[in-house]
Amino acid sequence: MATPTMPKQIGARVRRKEDPRLITGSSTYTDDLKLRGAVHCALLRSPHARARVLSIDTSGAEETDGVVAVVTGRDLEGEVGGLPVAHKIEGLLEPPHLPLAVDEVRYVGDAVAAVVAETAFAARDALERIEVEYEELDPVVDVEAAAEGGPLVHEDLGTNVAFEFPFEAGDVETAFRDAPVVIRQRLMNQRQIPFAVEPRAVAARWDRGHRKLEVWSTTQIPHLLRAQLSLILGMPEHSVRVVAPEVGGGFGSKLNVYAEEALVGHLARALGRPVKWTATRTEGFQATIHGRDQLAEVEVAAEEDGTLRGMKVRLLQDLGAYHQLLTPVIPTLTVLMLPGVYRLRNLRVDLKGVFTNKTPTDAYRGAGRPEATYIIERVVDMVSDETGVDPAEVRRRNFIPDDAFPAETCTGLSYDSGGYGAALDALLEAADYEGLRREQAGKRERGELMGIGLSTYVEICGLGPSAAMPAGGWEACTVEVRRTGNVVVKTGVSPHGQGEETTFAQIVADALGVSMDAVEIAHGDTDYVPEGIGTFGSRAQAVGGAALSLCLEDLREKSRKIAGHLLEADPEDVEFEEGELRIRGAPGRSVGFGDVVGAAYMADDLPEGVEPGLAATRFFEPPNFTFPFGAHLCVVDVDPDTGEPSLRKYVAVDDCGTVINPMIVDGQLHGGIAQAVAQALYEEAVYDESGQLVTGSLMDYPVPKSTYLPSYELHRTTTPTPVNPLGAKGVGEAGTIGGTPCVMNAVIDAVSHLGVRHLDMPARPEKLWRVLAESR
Amino acid sequence: MTTSISVTVNGRDRTDQIDPRLLLVHYLRDVLDLTGTHVGCETSLCGACTVLVDGKAVKACTLLAAQADGCEITTIEGLAEGEELHPLQEAFWEEHGRQCGFCTPGMILAAHQLLSDDPDPGEAEIRHALEGNLCRCTGYHNIVRAVRRAAVAMAAAAE
Repeated sequence: MATPTMPKQIGARVRRKEDPRLITGSSTYTDDLKLRGAVHCALLRSPHARARVLSIDTSGAEETDGVVAVVTGRDLEGEVGGLPVAHKIEGLLEPPHLPLAVDEVRYVGDAVAAVVAETAFAARDALERIEVEYEELDPVVDVEAAAEGGPLVHEDLGTNVAFEFPFEAGDVETAFRDAPVVIRQRLMNQRQIPFAVEPRAVAARWDRGHRKLEVWSTTQIPHLLRAQLSLILGMPEHSVRVVAPEVGGGFGSKLNVYAEEALVGHLARALGRPVKWTATRTEGFQATIHGRDQLAEVEVAAEEDGTLRGMKVRLLQDLGAYHQLLTPVIPTLTVLMLPGVYRLRNLRVDLKGVFTNKTPTDAYRGAGRPEATYIIERVVDMVSDETGVDPAEVRRRNFIPDDAFPAETCTGLSYDSGGYGAALDALLEAADYEGLRREQAGKRERGELMGIGLSTYVEICGLGPSAAMPAGGWEACTVEVRRTGNVVVKTGVSPHGQGEETTFAQIVADALGVSMDAVEIAHGDTDYVPEGIGTFGSRAQAVGGAALSLCLEDLREKSRKIAGHLLEADPEDVEFEEGELRIRGAPGRSVGFGDVVGAAYMADDLPEGVEPGLAATRFFEPPNFTFPFGAHLCVVDVDPDTGEPSLRKYVAVDDCGTVINPMIVDGQLHGGIAQAVAQALYEEAVYDESGQLVTGSLMDYPVPKSTYLPSYELHRTTTPTPVNPLGAKGVGEAGTIGGTPCVMNAVIDAVSHLGVRHLDMPARPEKLWRVLAESR
Repeated sequence: MTTSISVTVNGRDRTDQIDPRLLLVHYLRDVLDLTGTHVGCETSLCGACTVLVDGKAVKACTLLAAQADGCEITTIEGLAEGEELHPLQEAFWEEHGRQCGFCTPGMILAAHQLLSDDPDPGEAEIRHALEGNLCRCTGYHNIVRAVRRAAVAMAAAAE
């Protein structure tokens, strides 16, 4: 008897389960929490990039109506520890990073005092009545000046260089000796401001009865935050509960342990009242991590046919004033990914991480990999420009071939799977590359400026094997099947817009044959979800989803045992498909999954050695990273009179392995490409020589509006990874990594016939106008 | 010192004594507990706080609540008819027109005004109308599609 086939959920375009609350205003973000009796915290921040704090007089603030408490860094001594940095970098200098600065402030936005008051307005009013006497000191703002000496950000260290990370593979000198083509270029990967639309916020409550500190935070990593708060505040970890409620975007900026999380937690415990802090947008610009800010001096040696021989790269990473959670780790990812999709065996890198008097840098969408991809993808275009070989052909000649996978890179990585040529071929056909080149040639004859940009990328995702991670790379999951057949998944990958409530339910639906509506995906509450690491590094599916898959395999196995017992058959002969457990070759002999669940909990007729209940907890340790890849193309027209670039076409072929939900994958790519376009054309965090952030508001920092961006044309190839049971590689950062060099390559291609080999980002009209004016 | 305001919010009449300095967004969020209206920048630049005041999309973070005295206000909580979603809400769901959801209430209400003014906008008109509302997740691609879908659905329903 044929059973109707249930449609497979994995791979289906399923609209999201989380959306009804988001489109009706029913979700609860941290700032939406109403805690009875809550008081409000506001922070006084340094207006100077570098200054000695001579005195702080808080008496005026203390007398302000409604003020409950005023604290300075001195008041926290012995109560609140420093903020952590997670790393495995040998010899890293780790200056203290206190939640409130004592004696010296080191960037504009460094906090020196906190006010707690009955209302948020009273707290802000009182800030203005704190008198801080500063002795201004010369700041160091430029990363090269800082590396060479300059004023010291942390005088006790005796240097601004926090670490050096030299790397060498192959025979670089031989590769450069007698090389027919040698190109040198300086490339600046400018500082970016992540700008999640939801500002950071923290609320905390001290539960006196249970002696437990509850902290709600806009965080991507509730479990790591729980552990760190227990250390910073000197409390047992079981006395800290962290909840990430609805989180309004992160892009890495909420992958951290921030001063305010420690401070608000401390104040709630000390005052015995709930405390809440919400960042102003100015604080979002000044006192939330920034991204990128990496200077590269590149030398490449190549053959006349465009084959790469070797590369030397000197990297200066601007760390800002302190280490935040992953600050020094980010540029080490750049080193690993410099070979890109190419056979590059000879590579020398000299990376230095350097303190400056600026906001700390840390993970921003892509986190070190966009920098690497930008370098290598600009390099292949420069080689094309120098040799006259078409940029698509230069790429093809250097690709790691399909039969090389798993492919060892000279940086010690093992690329899991790939098909770079197929992605490029698909792209060139979809975009009609030859037609575009013909169009460009015609336009050039008429004096019009049209550029075609290519980028072929590989990224490192599914972070990652614990051996290669600063603080564990596993992920945890618990699945509980309830008595009535509902399934509760407790995942450690706490999302902030990625849609795991839907994609994880799709995975459960296929494995257990239950409906999507019967599945709840719980996340973000460390008292409810036992363990986890978090959502970043495109790891939610590849590591968190894999942990879920392990749980589901355990539950399927146990279900088969119970079904075999109920059907008086060998469990080995039980098939579990679409919610039915059938005896192979014996049509009609079956039980439903619901019957198995009932038996598991009635527990009065279970096979010997099988425990009651139906639940599983598993930790997935990935044996390797995953390596998604793809090829992007875009077309940029440049106005010959004003220099204004306009992006008119964007086509991408991406391969992120198995796709759970194509709608969500496409959405990740749209947003990722938008952030790539943003860096290439618009966004740049600018400091003046005194260390003031002059792009410290939305008036000055151009987060792209709807009119700045085009629609995108997306295609896919699918090369599953062998690294995890789902075959999914991750897609959260692909668009940003592939997109930035693609757009810049197009801009430069538009003016390359005028003798322009490189322009630094962002490609503002003014820069192009100057180039055009000079060429006339 | 307080001042009295009378407003209609999501169809319900309200009269409240408020601080004259109170911004509309804080009146909605803190006094009426309508937290679907978000604060993203406090400077009228991000649009997360957009609500409808007498049918016009207004940024509630830079309007005093007192200035809305006598007005009819619609927030995201008031858009659905009971369990029946507004076509814009349906379209944002169907087209995956948001990810983290933080900008969504403001985005939907800004789109609401567009469709009131122009029931059949093209991509350029939609992008222009939403220029005051920032989204960092979607690159706007699916938001544009969602507004277009809502326009078609609303036109079909009106026939």
